[in-house]
Amino acid sequence: MKEKQYVTIDGNEAAAYVAYRVNEVCAIYPITPSSNMGEWCDEWASKGIKNIWGNIPNVTEMQSEGGAAGAVHGSLQAGALTTTFTAAQGLLLKIPNMFKIAGELTPTVFNISARTLATHALSIFGDHSDVMSARTTGFSMFAAASVQEVMDFELIAQAATLESRIPVLMFFDGFRTSHEVSKIEVIDDETMHEMINDDLVAAHRRRALSPDHPVLRGTAQNPDVFFQNRETANQYYTAAPDIFEKIMNKFAGLTGRQYKAFQYFGPADAERIVILMASGCETAEETVEWMNNHGEKVGLLKVRLYRPFDVKRFMESLPSTVKSIAVLDRTKEPGAIGEPLYQDVINALHEGINSSFGSLSTMPVIVGGRYGLSSKEFTPAMIKAVFENLNNAKPKNHFTIGINDDLNHTSLDYDKYFSIESDKVVRAMFYGLGSDGTVGANKNSIKIIGDETNNFAQGYFVYDSKKAGAVTVSHLRFGPDPIRSIYLINNANFIASHQTVFLERYDLLRDLTEGGVFLLNTPYNKDDVWDSIPRTTQKRIIEKKAKVFCIDAQKVAEESGMGRRINTIMQVCFFAISGVLPREEAISAIKSTIKKTYTRKGEEMVQMNLNAVDNTLVNLFEVKVPGEVTATFDLSLPVPADSPDFVKSVIGEIIAGRGDDIPVSMFPHDGTWPTATAQYERRNIALEIPVWDESICIQCGKCPMVCPHASIRIKVFDEKYLNDAPPKFKTMNANDKEWSGMKYSIQVAPEDCTGCGVCVEVCPVKNKTNTALKSLNMAPQAPLRQQEAKNWEFFLSLPEMDRTNIKVTSIRQQQVQRPLFEFSGACAGCGETPYIKLVTQLFGDRAIIANATGCSSIYGANLPTTPFCTDDEGRGPAWNNSLFEDNAEFGMGYRLAIDKQYEIAIDLLNRNSHQIGEGLVSGLLSANQMSDAGVLEQRNRVVELKKVLSSMDTFEAKRLLTVADYLVRKSVWIIGGDGWAYDIGYGGLDHVIASGKNVNLLVLDTEVYSNTGGQMSKSTPIGGVAKFAMGGKPTRKKDLGMMAMAYGTVYVASVAFGSKDDHTLKAFLEAEAYDGPSIIIAYSHCIAHGIDMENPLRQQKMAVDSGQWLLYRYNPNLINEGKNPMTLDSKQPKLPVADYMNSETRFKILFSTKPELAKKYYEEAQITANQRYSYYKYLSERTF
Amino acid sequence: MNLSSGYLGLSLKSPLVVGASPLTEKLDNIKIMEDSGAAAVVMHSLFEEQIIAEQLSLHDSTTAGTYSFAESLTYFPEIEEYRLPADEYLTLIQKAKHSVGIPIIASLNGDTVGGWCNYAKKMEEAGADAVELNIYSVPSMVDITAEAIENSYLEIVTAVKSNINIPIAVKLAPFFSNPANMAKKLSDAGVNGLVLFNRFYQPDIDLDTLEVHPHINFSSSSANKLAMRWIAILKDKINCDFAATGGIHTSGDVIKMILSGANIAMLCSELIKHGIGRINAIEKEMIEWMDGKGYESVNQMLGSMSQKKTPDPSRYERSQYVKTISGYKV
Repeated sequence: MKEKQYVTIDGNEAAAYVAYRVNEVCAIYPITPSSNMGEWCDEWASKGIKNIWGNIPNVTEMQSEGGAAGAVHGSLQAGALTTTFTAAQGLLLKIPNMFKIAGELTPTVFNISARTLATHALSIFGDHSDVMSARTTGFSMFAAASVQEVMDFELIAQAATLESRIPVLMFFDGFRTSHEVSKIEVIDDETMHEMINDDLVAAHRRRALSPDHPVLRGTAQNPDVFFQNRETANQYYTAAPDIFEKIMNKFAGLTGRQYKAFQYFGPADAERIVILMASGCETAEETVEWMNNHGEKVGLLKVRLYRPFDVKRFMESLPSTVKSIAVLDRTKEPGAIGEPLYQDVINALHEGINSSFGSLSTMPVIVGGRYGLSSKEFTPAMIKAVFENLNNAKPKNHFTIGINDDLNHTSLDYDKYFSIESDKVVRAMFYGLGSDGTVGANKNSIKIIGDETNNFAQGYFVYDSKKAGAVTVSHLRFGPDPIRSIYLINNANFIASHQTVFLERYDLLRDLTEGGVFLLNTPYNKDDVWDSIPRTTQKRIIEKKAKVFCIDAQKVAEESGMGRRINTIMQVCFFAISGVLPREEAISAIKSTIKKTYTRKGEEMVQMNLNAVDNTLVNLFEVKVPGEVTATFDLSLPVPADSPDFVKSVIGEIIAGRGDDIPVSMFPHDGTWPTATAQYERRNIALEIPVWDESICIQCGKCPMVCPHASIRIKVFDEKYLNDAPPKFKTMNANDKEWSGMKYSIQVAPEDCTGCGVCVEVCPVKNKTNTALKSLNMAPQAPLRQQEAKNWEFFLSLPEMDRTNIKVTSIRQQQVQRPLFEFSGACAGCGETPYIKLVTQLFGDRAIIANATGCSSIYGANLPTTPFCTDDEGRGPAWNNSLFEDNAEFGMGYRLAIDKQYEIAIDLLNRNSHQIGEGLVSGLLSANQMSDAGVLEQRNRVVELKKVLSSMDTFEAKRLLTVADYLVRKSVWIIGGDGWAYDIGYGGLDHVIASGKNVNLLVLDTEVYSNTGGQMSKSTPIGGVAKFAMGGKPTRKKDLGMMAMAYGTVYVASVAFGSKDDHTLKAFLEAEAYDGPSIIIAYSHCIAHGIDMENPLRQQKMAVDSGQWLLYRYNPNLINEGKNPMTLDSKQPKLPVADYMNSETRFKILFSTKPELAKKYYEEAQITANQRYSYYKYLSERTF
Repeated sequence: MNLSSGYLGLSLKSPLVVGASPLTEKLDNIKIMEDSGAAAVVMHSLFEEQIIAEQLSLHDSTTAGTYSFAESLTYFPEIEEYRLPADEYLTLIQKAKHSVGIPIIASLNGDTVGGWCNYAKKMEEAGADAVELNIYSVPSMVDITAEAIENSYLEIVTAVKSNINIPIAVKLAPFFSNPANMAKKLSDAGVNGLVLFNRFYQPDIDLDTLEVHPHINFSSSSANKLAMRWIAILKDKINCDFAATGGIHTSGDVIKMILSGANIAMLCSELIKHGIGRINAIEKEMIEWMDGKGYESVNQMLGSMSQKKTPDPSRYERSQYVKTISGYKV
């Protein structure tokens, strides 16, 4: 046996590590949580890393998972060893090809980080609902339980598929395994070579399609032969388990790690056993071991090879003493007799006993249960409860574990505080902000301990549901033995709060064990810090006899030249006081890692971090804990006490981090969730907020226009409402003559503002006596919080301006319209949300939105809160997210339904006009609803109609009542990003715009897949560096607008609000007014561009000024007027494209890696911009 | 005619040296400079702010928003080998050294002691024949004393000097209470040459946007008198070489600088405005003038009109200043 080599990596990297080395082609497409596997392969290929045969695999991104599957199928048919990576809906899109690949007996391994399928809601987290949907495809199914197994199984699967010719779906749990960082033994290339039989590779190539030895596959067969032909494959499935076993034995010989198709763990005389797959097995093994050490006789059967299901091996792996079995499925199949593994186990036992396989001769008691959906925690306490259930004379069947099902009463009770964690394991939790580098530092610590010591290490990270001001909780374990605790820490030896603000928000020490250590980053000194800790936390410190250490990390960071980067400082504190490593050894290791990590980023970075290490040790201090609670304040409420019941009992609990405790009965049954709930979560994440200087304001309306979170707003109102105004509430006289005599106010929501500063960037007014000041200026939030919160509350109480008194064609007036999209979880400075907000201001009270999966669906509806809201009449956007790929079709479905119901209403009006009243009917039928005034009049007619209908006792009157609201014009919006519009959803988008239907498509074009972390799309401009395009995108951006214009019947606009906001407004109004399909392609700056997010509008302006982004409108209505439909709204570019590109890291960074290529792409970008402008100019100047 | 000169211990074929300017950003220009008769080339400056800001900006922009949201834990591919523009600078030195035979003097610009000083070592490793240290300080804090500023200059020189074995020149601004004393301290600290004087980018106000922007005008010959005066004053008092820079446009300008004591004269604006080929023309005119005056070599001329070697040394001092003004009677 060779000397063991260890690496500290996560599950995705472990899978990709082997897959890359034993394949020749990877066809990929991003989807959480599997994206990283493709990203790793792309990165390695771009660095020239070779596979075990000395070749660099081809890594190609496709337009969808369906496309990737097609490419895999083709590549396999043409003879290359080919793989792919996916999850969830992505796997579903591959299923048609999977049937083909398996039907053709083609060896391949599909790598799946198993993820929840979207049902009543989307979830990015892990369970087996996706892989279970693929179990009829004919793929072998192979489940890995840990990061080590992921690496091992990937190789075993590849060897087995080549020999068996059965393709393999190798899966592991999304996030829990895919994102868990763990120290594992790495497989070297030599071992891989020994495992992969080159004769079988050659055989695969010989079967390939080639004109040199042509064959034909993919025939169409008829009833006479299809059935018989389908049965020929049986022998391969029969042989596969033996092949797997042979290969697993060979693997054991090479590595010492022995696996089996069904692997039993426990005493030979166990009476109760659990059966399950994937990561839950690790926790189950740990628990079974503990229980047996405590006098029980329990066992665990790990299912590794789920398909083909080998009944004989299954039976032979069960102890003869088994009396009862609990089968645990991490999926739900509503309406089935039970979940799939449960059904398989019953079938296997039935067949196995009948066939006299194994030692069991009578059926044991078998129950099935569900656990861990959407990465729900699965702990030793739960496993113990499952075993206890088996002790009952009649164990509960079809149970659930891990939730409180007070509705259907399926759940098993368990002791939440039961713990079996070993004293030898150091358990540390870190509360940090996404922006403060806590996770990065912790990953670094794991590597230090994993690489520098004999300890095993594990890291798992819990992230926020919001992108701005996101909170992260890191869970780290270190110990002398491999760590099988695949669940979050709930009795930590060490807890750190990397931000002072968490003190008020969270019960930080709930999970601290007695005698544990609490590390707090605080600006307070030794004498004052105790009183800054809330009562609950003080009480826990005293009760748990905790040691408390503090540091002012911000101060140390600033003094070390690190700005706000506190990650290194907090990491040093952890090593200095946790005792996980000898202090000197730890500090020396940190310094060495700093040099390794930052040298490539420059010596200044190295020096700053090294300074920070030394300064930290000087500034870290221990607090003497008093014997009693002295604080005069406690933890803040998650939502205001006067919030609606649902908000308090469900949303508030989720915000407080107690969502796991909410019982089933509290939830709506069909995925419906109330809107307008973001207003209740006061996040207070802004360090600074804008302050209005009304004395110089010109009332341009630009600040609310650009605000990504609708946290700065305008109201214009009668002076009489100011009687009860708070003393610091600011107003001025309204300037517009239409609003003469009224008061004008701009107000910030201080607790909802993210402090991005974009409103200050756009403010065009400079103070004449001090040009450093504008009409809006950023100032620290804390001192202003109370005062401005009162002002905001008062502001909200002021009446909204009558919409019919607002000139919507002018930004300065239009922005008085109330936004019906507020306080979303989008990034600070987001470039997408202002467009959505604009839609809701203009049309929100009659809008219905279809939203493609992506950033906009996440900040649009990721729990706990919902940003879409309602006006005073209770109207507002109705919203749903179907899928990523079908959004255009989904939205068109809305239109079809609305049109049909409108038609029904018209028909019923006509048929009943006599009873309803000719005048009213005539008004309803001839209404002009192209303005807010027209819509209002029609709404009034509908109110009248409903009154009349209520008094009519006819079937048709009742039927008309159900559709009467459709007589008011509805505005259908289909919203998504460029990943949807340019790539995965393009086919549908094309069909919808060709349909002629009155829908409005809004493409929030960030030019990358932003939500999944910046992968290249067809919208990415030439030279743009993105994931899957490390060397810069070699081809130019797809001209989606031009493709849409080709129909001649589609309204098309390309806008950039940061360059010309009135143009954006005009385009939105025209698009919505157009009685047919319209598409608006909206430049959306993005954090993935590598720009200064406090001044993102500058980027939009530069994009337009350089001609990289064109402003135009193509209005088919003009054709009817004999005019040219094309209006080019961009001026002749005056800025070199290179100047724009140099201002964004996504382009500029290529000069740091491939300067020659960068130069080439820059030149091509300029040529493209010149050609495109000339062509659009020609189109706009044509006589028509 | 023997035009050869020496500067920082380097043997130069003439005193005509190309000063730091954007022209050296392109390798082709450096080749043209040699072909046009330049005796040496001072590269454009690598700025302290540039070195630090590039590192921080790249780090910040590629890590912003990371590890916040489970789906988008990062936004950029992990790039292990960055080549910062500062590294490109070093590559350019290497390429220049391979492409031309004349000395290449690297230029480093900053005003605090820090990691950026290590770039001098990298410049040496890249093949630079000398380093010109451009200490560019605009002290805006009223509590900082002149002594503190002067000490910080010396600290930088010491930090850089301790790191390298190649000669070092310091390019100075004229704004010292006693430039002569500062020059002496620098010389005592081991500086091999002084480059007099630096011209700053000056801020300007954009009247449309009411914003302040950096601005620089091309120099004119009138600007070189300041350098000429101080070189003449320092020439026989300070033990180091002198380079004249700022306002050198004609052969006459070059000759005056040499007469006052400059080992070399640096050409910048003239080449940007009228092309690199001007070096040849200036050299030709110099030879004609020297011929006409009967000079056989530059060495004969060097410092022959320094303050010490003029009949009336006070003409380089304040009394003469008053007289000059009085000449402008309306």
